[in-house]
Amino acid sequence: MGRFVARRLLQMIPVFIGTTALIFFMVHVLPGDPVAAMWGDKAPDPVQLAALKHQMRFDEPLIQQYLDYMGGLVTGDFGKTLGNQRPVLDVITEALPVTIRLALLAFAIEIVLGVGIGLVSGLRRGKLFDKGTLVMTLLLISIPVPVLGFVFQTVFGQNLGWVTPTVQDSNDISQLVLPAVVLGSLSLAYVARLTRTSIAENIKADYVRTAVAKGLPRRKVIGTHLLRNSLIPVVTFLGTDLGALMGGAIVTEGIFNVKGVGNALFMAINHKEGPTVSGFVAFLVLVYLAAGLIVDLLYAVLDPRIRYA
Amino acid sequence: MRGASQAKWVVAAVAVALAATACGSGGSSDNSAGSNDSSAVDPNGVFSYQSGEPQRPLQPANAMENQGGRIVKQLFMGLVDYDPATGALRNQVADKIETTDAKHYTVTLKSGWTFHDGTPVTSKSFVDSWNWSANPANNQINSDWFSDIAGYDAVHPEKGDPTAKEMSGLKVVDETHFTIDLTSPVSYFTYKLGYSSFYPLPEGFFKDPAGYGEKPVGNGPYKFKSWEHNKAITLEAYDKYQGTNKAKNGGIIFRNYTAGEAAYKDLMSDTLDVLDQVDPTDLPKYKDDLGKRAVDQPQGAIQNISFALYNQEWNAPGKEKVRQGLSMAIDRETITKTVLNGNRQPADAFVAPGVMGYKAGTCGDACKFDPAKAKQLIQDGGGVPGNKITILYNSDGGHKEWVDAVCNSIRQNTGVECLGDPKPDFKTSRDLVTKKQVPSMMRTGWVQDYPLNANFLRDVYGTGAAANDAGYSSPEFDKLTKEADAATSVEKTAELYQQAEAVLAKDMPAIPLWYYKTSSGYSKNVQNVKFDSFGNPVYTDVEVKKK
Repeated sequence: MGRFVARRLLQMIPVFIGTTALIFFMVHVLPGDPVAAMWGDKAPDPVQLAALKHQMRFDEPLIQQYLDYMGGLVTGDFGKTLGNQRPVLDVITEALPVTIRLALLAFAIEIVLGVGIGLVSGLRRGKLFDKGTLVMTLLLISIPVPVLGFVFQTVFGQNLGWVTPTVQDSNDISQLVLPAVVLGSLSLAYVARLTRTSIAENIKADYVRTAVAKGLPRRKVIGTHLLRNSLIPVVTFLGTDLGALMGGAIVTEGIFNVKGVGNALFMAINHKEGPTVSGFVAFLVLVYLAAGLIVDLLYAVLDPRIRYA
Repeated sequence: MRGASQAKWVVAAVAVALAATACGSGGSSDNSAGSNDSSAVDPNGVFSYQSGEPQRPLQPANAMENQGGRIVKQLFMGLVDYDPATGALRNQVADKIETTDAKHYTVTLKSGWTFHDGTPVTSKSFVDSWNWSANPANNQINSDWFSDIAGYDAVHPEKGDPTAKEMSGLKVVDETHFTIDLTSPVSYFTYKLGYSSFYPLPEGFFKDPAGYGEKPVGNGPYKFKSWEHNKAITLEAYDKYQGTNKAKNGGIIFRNYTAGEAAYKDLMSDTLDVLDQVDPTDLPKYKDDLGKRAVDQPQGAIQNISFALYNQEWNAPGKEKVRQGLSMAIDRETITKTVLNGNRQPADAFVAPGVMGYKAGTCGDACKFDPAKAKQLIQDGGGVPGNKITILYNSDGGHKEWVDAVCNSIRQNTGVECLGDPKPDFKTSRDLVTKKQVPSMMRTGWVQDYPLNANFLRDVYGTGAAANDAGYSSPEFDKLTKEADAATSVEKTAELYQQAEAVLAKDMPAIPLWYYKTSSGYSKNVQNVKFDSFGNPVYTDVEVKKK
């Protein structure tokens, strides 16, 4: 177990270096000059343009810029934003708590509702509840997130007036509920369907029949034997989904004006803020890698047959 | 039986799906009630404005883009500013600005003005501020705004390190007097003084420019309260403000929005008070939604398409007829109404309305849609070179739709082949334009720096001017602008510039297409919301209603 974790952690290093390098150079080859863009539609003053480029070290070779950036990263210095010259770390630490709250809220919604609904409809397959679940999840999967977002915003924000149409304070968790529901809805549908299928399959398995035959109470049969074994595909999905929730909430964050990671990343790409984009991506890569590791470890917990040497 | 029940579910699903979509497009139509303009006003009421994160620190000469610029303009006040309704100049910190030759100016300040930290605004506050901003080492985007002042070359040399830190043309006489010497006469220099680069700075600023860029201390109608990055910037009214435009409200919250649609939704539910611009999605319906609370007025900005006059085939004598003909072939009315959703106003001059010296119809018949005459003129002028034109533009600015529409208009009405020539971004297209490599036509535009017609004429069409993308050079035009610049009063300058504008109508180096408009709106919580020709609301006049 310990060796497995150590090996996985070591594997993260080359992946991390590779992705940051890729992003750093990709941002660089984006068309347009981020410094000249500060003048908008007007022609920049060449003297000032050169002075600014020197300040931002754009006049150095690209490889030198990258090495300096990586050198800073090792010591915890994420560089500065181009326009305001603010530390990128500040930008990340402002956006991160918001996104973590939003993602965890969405994540909790999809686990509790998704697994719950999936379990019930798996146990009562063919019944009315099951059919209702199938239709509802089909609907959620087929409605694009922006549409769902706008519908919720118009109905709950504008027509009913229960909440403000957009989030006024991104740090207030009660205001994040509506965006979290929108954000989690698609995954909720997948989780419910995965759980349902898995339960429906495993309920006919030998070990369940054995458990019933030896007289275990129904709750225990379902809780310890059936559900636990059925969750393996669900956990795999949830693991990758957590990463997607953290970084891929650009659309939802835009609709509800949530000032999280997706929003900051979108703005940074628009302004070609190389250090900011690289910083965020470096962080997201870490989240994905960590989530992947946790999923692998959870397999062993859920299924006693799986062992890591 | 089983099949039937399945089918029932499918029908139900479709019904729900349709209902959901209907909800989305329905929106609220009951929100269109007009505002009551005579409600009780709360002088300490605070209102919110749709904004974005400033791209640069909040320093006067760094306020190039709108997000930071509009905030700096509320925090600071210069010697003069522009009347939001007429564009006329009015004295603020300056008591008077005197000159006899438009080259040597003596400025007298009013006493009693203070910065928000309590220190007095003196001649030194202005001179030190300008010298600091002009120095390229201080990385101010607008550092070239001081180029008229004598000694600028030493502080901001084209090559090498600065040899001086102070411009020789600026001299402090005493606390309330200072003199400005220019390298050559510029009659409308006082107009330039209203621009944000010329604001004063308090003494503390020079010790910690970065800190003051984050927490600015100015002398304007509002003082800085807080800046939560990417969320909001809050200003509050400054009670010791000495200018003519004292705030009629308690403060402003510049709230950060990434998507215009989100801001519009907030406005509809009165969560946001004043909109910056209506997003393109809501543009077709915002007047119905907001009723009297909708704002629709022209801005000091124009969209043109210019000819590459450095190509001899376009510059030959007689070709001005072809250029006029092409202008007459464009159906501006229809394009602005349909393709541009009524968010532009057809141009009838080379200068935008609301600018001092704007004269309606200066472009004459050449800007009126007349297909028959267009064809005739093109024929008289010997036809379009190669019977084909291309319009170069950057595809990252939402120009494709109207460029295509203009081309269609030309093609249908004259039979001349016309194609858009998109470049991926502004810089790529800009490079081709500055290197003078455009084959026939290019998109050009101008947003006013200050609301005077000279800014739309000399800076765009003067021989060798930085923004003269067409490469237009007319001795007649240059002579008239020189005369206008040497005039002793701004009124006279504006009048003489109108004569220069008439030369443009004859030569047609560029085709004026339309003026930009401010399409905005405000909530039921505020009243008396008006916009100036820069497209910004007159913040100090906004009145917050009592709740």
